[in-house]
Amino acid sequence: MLSQIPLSYFLIVSTLMFFIGVYGFLTRKNLITILMSVELILNSVNINFVAFNRYLYPEQLQGHFFALFVIAVAAAEAAVAIAIIISVYRKFMNIDVERVDTMKH
Amino acid sequence: MDFLTLFVVVPVLTIIAIVFTKNMKQTRLVAAVGMGIQLLLAVALVFMYLAERKAGNTSEMLFSHSYVWFESLNIKYNIGVDGISVAMILLTGIVVFTGVFASWTVEYLSREFFISLIFLSTGVFGFFISLDLFTMFLFYEVAVIPMYLLIGIWGTGPKEYSAMKLTLMLMGASALLLVGILGIYFNSNAGGGELTFSILEISKVHIPMAAQRMFFPMTFIGFGVLGALFPFHTWSPDGHASAPTAVSMLHAGVLMKLGGYGAFRVAIFLLPDAAKEMSWFFLILTGTSVVYGAFGAIFQKDLKYINAYSSVSHCGLVLFAILMMNRAALNGAVLQMLSHGLMTALFFALIGMIYGRTHTRMINKLGGLMKVMPILAVSYVIAGLANLGLPGLSGFVAEMTIFFGSFQYTDVFHRVLTISVAASIVITAVYILRVVGKILYGPIVNKEFLKLDDAHWYERLSTGLLIVGIAGIGIAPLWLSDMINESLSPIMHQLLNVIVK
Amino acid sequence: MIDFSFTILIPLLPLLLFFVLGLTSGKMKPVLSGYIGTLGMFATAAMSYFVAFQYFFNRPAGAEAFEKIVPFNTVWLNLTDKLHIDLGVLLDPISVMMLVVITTVSLMVHLYSMGYMKGETGYSRFYAFLSLFSFSMLGLVLAPNIFQMYICWELVGVSSYLLISFYYEKPAAVSAGKKAFIVTRFADLGFLIGILILSYISGTFDFVSMTDPQGALITQGTPLTFMGLSALTWALALIFVGGAGKSAMFPLHIWLPDAMEGPTPVSALIHAATMVVAGVYLVARLFPLYYFGAPDVLTIVAYTGGFTSLFAAIIACVQTDIKRVLAFSTMSQIGYMMLALGVSGYGENHGLGFTASMFHLFTHAMFKALLFLGAGAIIHAVHTNNMNEMGGLRKYLPITHITFLIACLTISGIPPFSGFFSKDEILAAAFENNKILFFVEWAVAGITAFYMFRLYFNVFWGKNTNYKHTPHESPLTMTLPLMILAFASMVSELIPFSKLVTSDGLVLHIQTEWIIVIPSVLVGATGIVLAWLFYKKESAIPDKLVTTFATTYKWSFNKFYMDELYLFITKKIIFKRISQPIAWFDRNVVDASMNGIAWVTNKMSDSIKGLQSGQLQKYGYVFISGVIILAFTFVYVWFK
Repeated sequence: MLSQIPLSYFLIVSTLMFFIGVYGFLTRKNLITILMSVELILNSVNINFVAFNRYLYPEQLQGHFFALFVIAVAAAEAAVAIAIIISVYRKFMNIDVERVDTMKH
Repeated sequence: MDFLTLFVVVPVLTIIAIVFTKNMKQTRLVAAVGMGIQLLLAVALVFMYLAERKAGNTSEMLFSHSYVWFESLNIKYNIGVDGISVAMILLTGIVVFTGVFASWTVEYLSREFFISLIFLSTGVFGFFISLDLFTMFLFYEVAVIPMYLLIGIWGTGPKEYSAMKLTLMLMGASALLLVGILGIYFNSNAGGGELTFSILEISKVHIPMAAQRMFFPMTFIGFGVLGALFPFHTWSPDGHASAPTAVSMLHAGVLMKLGGYGAFRVAIFLLPDAAKEMSWFFLILTGTSVVYGAFGAIFQKDLKYINAYSSVSHCGLVLFAILMMNRAALNGAVLQMLSHGLMTALFFALIGMIYGRTHTRMINKLGGLMKVMPILAVSYVIAGLANLGLPGLSGFVAEMTIFFGSFQYTDVFHRVLTISVAASIVITAVYILRVVGKILYGPIVNKEFLKLDDAHWYERLSTGLLIVGIAGIGIAPLWLSDMINESLSPIMHQLLNVIVK
Repeated sequence: MIDFSFTILIPLLPLLLFFVLGLTSGKMKPVLSGYIGTLGMFATAAMSYFVAFQYFFNRPAGAEAFEKIVPFNTVWLNLTDKLHIDLGVLLDPISVMMLVVITTVSLMVHLYSMGYMKGETGYSRFYAFLSLFSFSMLGLVLAPNIFQMYICWELVGVSSYLLISFYYEKPAAVSAGKKAFIVTRFADLGFLIGILILSYISGTFDFVSMTDPQGALITQGTPLTFMGLSALTWALALIFVGGAGKSAMFPLHIWLPDAMEGPTPVSALIHAATMVVAGVYLVARLFPLYYFGAPDVLTIVAYTGGFTSLFAAIIACVQTDIKRVLAFSTMSQIGYMMLALGVSGYGENHGLGFTASMFHLFTHAMFKALLFLGAGAIIHAVHTNNMNEMGGLRKYLPITHITFLIACLTISGIPPFSGFFSKDEILAAAFENNKILFFVEWAVAGITAFYMFRLYFNVFWGKNTNYKHTPHESPLTMTLPLMILAFASMVSELIPFSKLVTSDGLVLHIQTEWIIVIPSVLVGATGIVLAWLFYKKESAIPDKLVTTFATTYKWSFNKFYMDELYLFITKKIIFKRISQPIAWFDRNVVDASMNGIAWVTNKMSDSIKGLQSGQLQKYGYVFISGVIILAFTFVYVWFK
């Protein structure tokens, strides 16, 4: 069943996801949203990994493993990032990136 | 370890010891002990040097050692002293030691303060013992950088501005200087052989004229900025005015001498042909410095500004004498460096002490201090008299030697310059007596002053030592002048070669 | 001849006293420091007298000319290969004579000050400064080379400065000290440049070889010229500028009247008897050089002296501050000495002016010190300097009165007092040489008698002012010096100057010229009589004269506005036109251009700093846009 769906469909989805992520990353001011955008980017990469692995080298599993790694790293990253965001929030009562600029001056 | 390296090691050890002190009292005690040892070393060096010379050692540099520390570029830690550097080391020893006592009551971050101060002195001592251009430059930078922190953190008034200005101008100068030094380095194999930074080796080869023409102005201006060469002197009034006492003392007393010493040791000694050729231009600049600084000082209202302009004038005289390039004038230049170093250190120390009591440096707000603080006032008068060249004090000896040296030229250009520079002694008298009359004499202008106390023991120690130095040179200059004189032979040899050609 | 090498102690003893008194100042009992200072000075004076006796009178039989002896000399500093500065002692007739003058007056002043300065704050400081001055002055006269003279020249200048501003809480004293120092310093610049030139020409600082009439400098001169005049002329003219500054010759005299702000004993010692004659001494010291090397300069010396003596005498007639009258009188008398040197010849009985000048220097030192110390005693008694507030003091101050009268008669040139003889010799020398100057000086002698007796009658006779406290005679410490000096003024003509102090060291034969003596006594007597008429009793004549010659009086009273002229030059020109613009230029042009460089750098970085906002999102935006653009370009180029 899966083989009826061409590879390019996956790529289109992942590209869309990637650019949605990039767009969010560049335009959102809220740290949480930015984090979510980063997750979107990472997941779009995951889709690519899995899709390419399945379609191009079905007998190998590196792509899957790599996707799993990415998920694990993303989870760790989310944990750290959210911790930072929480402490930033506690400090400034705010998680708007443009207003957390004490270090800049 | 050789003896001269001790001059770098002792300050470093003192710094390490200071790191472990707990409060201000311990810190300053350690600093005083360390710098006291340093002063004793300097005195010992003078005696060792004289003994060695007496024993018939006629080599150009004594106690010299050389360690390679960057093989591929032939950079060496090459040290040695002649009579001139010995004298400068003694001066530095005295000024740093008295500087520690002048900052006896620095409470804010005292540990960091003394560390920076002593770090600065390390650079100065290192500079005077180096015989390798690169090492010399390195120590020069070591001396300049702490200045920024010292003025920026412990200064008064617009300290950030002044610190920034001073550091940037000196950095700009050292950029020029670096290019000049590299230029000398890349031409140092003119006679065949490898490139070298060693001053003694370079002095033996003849650097091509084209290169000399290019690099002489760079090195001379590079060092000249530090010696407050007109028109690059404006860092000095602002810098001195904002700097804390000890830093002003060290800066005007010693650091500005790095300029004169460097111009002498590098610009003139290594590039004599270009120096001869271009001296007229720089003579005009330095002559302007002398007269201009003196006139500038008349109109100032802040004691430190007066002194800063006076330093511009006197350091201008050092550079002026160096450019005259004959034995008497060069001798006078070195004497003037010593003399100005001591008396300006005394001046800044006293200004700091007066400021510490009255909280003002404006001459129109001061008056009648002779009544309340006679010791400080008398010391101030002595410093003033030394500054205006009273016989029996050091300034006179130096100025006279310079004037007589410069007057040996027979052409009208040099004569006119010499006479106009000599005229500055009258202007100096005007601004010195004006200040003395305004702030020390006259009725007490502020009732608050009656409560002020006279010098404490540490202040007496520091001013007393400086006065002894000033009077010592002034009364018995012969040994010092002879010590400098015989060390001038190599440079005179260089210059004579030029004339012959 | 005995060994004179101990003479080095003569200046060194006061130096030692200076250090002792200076360092213990404030810790020692004031009276004690007075005793130490005076005793030390006494020892110095005793040594000087001994030297003078040995030098002048204990000579080997058959010795003709007085030799120049250098008993002590040591190198102080090597300047160039040939030139070195020595410190030492030179004994010749004029230096030995000056030794006597200085130590005598100094001893008197030390003694006098024990009474005069009693109870003043800074009593020991005063004695320390006096010792410093004595050291410098003795060093100056004993100098065997011109450079030591310059060194001591500066040192007497600074001692004078310190002593004038002794009452440092009084603004007038402070500014007077400053003025004295700066004006003389300005003149000293001339001296210094003169020394530079002279030493360059002659290759030595040494007086003996410089002034030797058979020496190279005088016989060969120098080929160097500048603006048509020989370098030697320039050098000597500039050196004379230095001497004129110290000796308060017109137009460098303005500091001397103000210097009277100092304590009166100081005025007596420094500003009447010793330091102010240093200029005369300098010219006398270099006299052969002036005479043979630069006769034109000697003419300038003569006219400067003549003009100053007239100028100062006129001003002295209208001043009301007694010390200022004496100050102008000092200027006038020094003018006499300068003039005498200026008209003098050298050797073989032509050197009358030289001898007269030195003779007058000696007698003037005695009677002028006496006048100042007497004035001090008067001021001490009535607490004012203004002679209009005095009168009738002869009853209260008998000793002062008699000694003052003797001094007045001496300065007026009335025989048989010493001033008559010395002034007479000067007039004779002028008569021989320059008739115009002779008449000027003859007139000045009359004016001198007039203003001195104007002072005398105003103070000791005339109206009886009601004093708050009854004036009383000063203690013995003050009157004793007066009596000694009065005695010296009366008898110093007994010293055979024409045998001892001459231009070439040989005996000078003088005849008395009645054609000069009689008019000069007459003019002096006329001056006294006029003063007697005007001022002995209250009289309307002076006021009438003032109204008749109102303009002249005003100009003279204001010292011909010389002070104002100098003030204009210093304040308006140097301060406002040079110094202030330079200060402004430094801040607003030189410094501003440095700041301008910084400003430009700053602006440039400012204009591009927006790119480095620190916002990752912006960086990301640029980055991704860049990647996309690159990607499209790449694709476009690749698949074209």
